[in-house]
Amino acid sequence: MRHEILKGMKDAIPICAGYLAVGFTFGMAAVSQGITIGGATLISFTNLTSAGQFAGLTVIAAAAPYIEMALTQLVINLRYALMSLSLSQKLDSSVSRLQRCVIAFGITDEAFALVSTQEGKVGRYYIYGVMSVCIASWTSGTFFGAAASSALPASFSSALGIAIYGMFLAIIIPPAKKERSIAAVIGIAVILSSALYWLPGLNQISPGFAIIICTVLASAAGAILHPIKEEEMCS
Amino acid sequence: MNFYIYVIIMAVVTYLIRMIPLVLVNRDIKNTFIKSFLYYVPYAALASMTFPAILFSTTEMAAALAGFAVAVFMAFREKGLLLVALGACITVFVVEQAMGMFL
Repeated sequence: MRHEILKGMKDAIPICAGYLAVGFTFGMAAVSQGITIGGATLISFTNLTSAGQFAGLTVIAAAAPYIEMALTQLVINLRYALMSLSLSQKLDSSVSRLQRCVIAFGITDEAFALVSTQEGKVGRYYIYGVMSVCIASWTSGTFFGAAASSALPASFSSALGIAIYGMFLAIIIPPAKKERSIAAVIGIAVILSSALYWLPGLNQISPGFAIIICTVLASAAGAILHPIKEEEMCS
Repeated sequence: MNFYIYVIIMAVVTYLIRMIPLVLVNRDIKNTFIKSFLYYVPYAALASMTFPAILFSTTEMAAALAGFAVAVFMAFREKGLLLVALGACITVFVVEQAMGMFL
């Protein structure tokens, strides 16, 4: 148990670096919109999501109706439902329903990246280890950003900004070397997300939905072209 | 409009999106298509979140391109999460410092 928690915390070190930097930026952005230091920290502690929180700031600053806040969060964060569904097949049988409710709070893009690509089933302690680092770094990063009177040096925050993407690449490239079907799914996803980013018309789609569209289409293509056999699922 | 009500709405909507599928689907899915689909979801999601977003993650896009190249190279050599992330960060830092000296 302790070993699993520590392994999760160790794997989450790259996330910690990225969350401190982005959390810091969120804290500064929140304060510049007139939110208190405590308020900014509270948002990060209770939401644990970056894009949704930045969008939330805009809604709060505009004093928009509450329903608009709910819809904004739904659209931007709907990708988590897909990740949750994927993780529902990844947890080992010892994880109870109540424990699933706890784990659900910690499903971020980055935590999902770590947990979903572990070999075989995953127990709760590993996830608790990952979650604890995510929550601590995201919340404290926000606090420091909100409390700081000046921004992080630009060179510093710029360098940390790429940390999470480096981690994502380190997660997806090694399995892609071993399995051509995974490499193909990655290729399709990259082509689709580039098209949704750069092609006129398609680039009107919000980033949150763009990720859902790319993920669904590329995964479905993989499932059609190369269905997984039982023994491969465990690897 | 109350700040705390906004925060509660944000937190509750975000939590429910994460919680409902994880709690409702608590049995192993047998359907081969859905199993295969879910098997590929992490790779598809991470790939589409990484590119092209990685290009805009730094101040200078040239530095991001260099960091991206280094990360891909190190990931191919299976250097592990922390080293690859660190390699990308250091590359971005060095390239941006170098650009600052010349431009």
